[in-house]
Amino acid sequence: MRNLLVILLLLGLAACASTRGTGDLGVVIERASGAVMVVTTTDPARLSGVEGLGDLSHASVVFSRDQRFAYVFGRDGGLTKIDLLNSSIERRVMQSGNSIGGAISQDGRLVAVSNYTPGGVKVFDAETLELIADIPATPLPSGKRSKVVGLVDAPGQRFVFSLFDSDEIWVADFRNRAQPQIRKYLNIGRQPYDGLITPDGRYYIAGLFGEDGLALLDLWQLDRGVKRILDGYGRGEQKLPVYKMPHLEGWAVAGDHAFLPAVGRHEVLVVDRRDWREVGRIPVHGQPVFVMARPDQRQVWVNFAHPRNDTVQVIDVHTLKLVRTLTPGPAVMHMEFTPRGEHVWISVRDGDRVAVYDTESFQRVAQMPARRPSGIFFAARAQRIGL
Amino acid sequence: MRRGALLVAGLAAIAAAQADVSKQRASVLDNLLLHDCGSCHGLTLRGGLGPALTADMMQARPAQALVAAIRDGIPGSAMPPWGELLAEEDIDYLVRRLREEVKP
Ligand code: HEC
Repeated sequence: MRNLLVILLLLGLAACASTRGTGDLGVVIERASGAVMVVTTTDPARLSGVEGLGDLSHASVVFSRDQRFAYVFGRDGGLTKIDLLNSSIERRVMQSGNSIGGAISQDGRLVAVSNYTPGGVKVFDAETLELIADIPATPLPSGKRSKVVGLVDAPGQRFVFSLFDSDEIWVADFRNRAQPQIRKYLNIGRQPYDGLITPDGRYYIAGLFGEDGLALLDLWQLDRGVKRILDGYGRGEQKLPVYKMPHLEGWAVAGDHAFLPAVGRHEVLVVDRRDWREVGRIPVHGQPVFVMARPDQRQVWVNFAHPRNDTVQVIDVHTLKLVRTLTPGPAVMHMEFTPRGEHVWISVRDGDRVAVYDTESFQRVAQMPARRPSGIFFAARAQRIGL
Repeated sequence: MRRGALLVAGLAAIAAAQADVSKQRASVLDNLLLHDCGSCHGLTLRGGLGPALTADMMQARPAQALVAAIRDGIPGSAMPPWGELLAEEDIDYLVRRLREEVKP
């Protein structure tokens, strides 16, 4: 009896010691090692690591809405659910041969993965990772199916995604999860390479690789169809070779303007959010990969494609001018802001480190070793549409 | 066929032998192959936006065709030309790596 009491007491103490929230946690992908680091943005510091996640090139992450679990989408088709509190693998499935990204549904109960081979989208129960729906993409003359990119969640329990090889945007409505309804938009423009949704969940935009322009779908007015914006933005100019595809995740909307990467050009495109017309272009250091607004939308941070990828530039949204050029180190892969934007974390892949900068003073405030780090994802994403 | 491929590979090897890449350069190129080619072809080169570049597939193609694809890119596709960034011997080295004629 006495022993039991002691045990209960000890258990209680142990529980106290591990009690903490996860809202200030995040994960950093260590791409070559098939591992992730669990980090805290408050300190900032590395807390722990989780190994055994397979090929993590181009890996991305979404969070359960209680912010306890991270779902990691690996290039090799692995979908891994990580428990941030215990730094352990909760569940893992190999769901395809080759995948590119994923999304979590509005109600947090479904996780969708977009796949290259075989091309399509698979939807899983977020709790158990049991397969709920398999949506094969359009077959191609080669016998393969189109690769799927730019998968996001949208209000109304929907997933929206683009088909790279067949020039389509699909909207999958999962209000009845046993019978998803799919609406297809054809001929949206050549080779959509990625997609994003505005933070209000209203507009889905696919960037086009095969031509200059972007495809816009108003999710409030689905019958209006897909409209082309910034059509032919580089007309008559020679495109540079693209050594890395830009990414549209992390929509940079600031005030009346939206900021987008130009494909094959050393420019950030600025559009008016009300009519989607080009307002200007900002010449930058290289071909933009990520163009991301600080959470307060006062600054936009840009990183660049190989071989000009040791640099990050900051645009002041108020004046549309570059205000800072930083050189964090070789192969800057990704940037992630702390939830209210006082810091930005930058992964320096070939420098094997993650650097944390103060976004007002532009001073480096922390640095931590990491093995070939790429994507950085903070749990605050759990509460944001499209992330 | 195999012989022809060997012959072409032999020619490439001769070209490369004239100015073989240094050990240091080789490690830069290995990193490039893994990460920067890997961003489209996958870290394990089993494919992504670009096709898989596995050793058996690469051995089935003439080395010169692979050199040309890397140097000049493949127009109309996402495969960019690397000729501006990489020297001829760099590209030869990458092709030999892809065909597993050299190990990292
Ligand atoms: C931006 C994406 C991208 C990058 C980066 C990239 N590739 Fe490619 N690559 C492709 C695509 C797409 C194809 C297929 C083109 C086609 O045939 O339609 C391809 C095709 C190839 C082929 C031809 C395969 C065959 O069987 O003919 C080779 C070889 C190749 N790439 C090597 C490389 C190497 C080496 C690198 C790095 C130095 C590299 N690629 C980087 C996208 C890329």
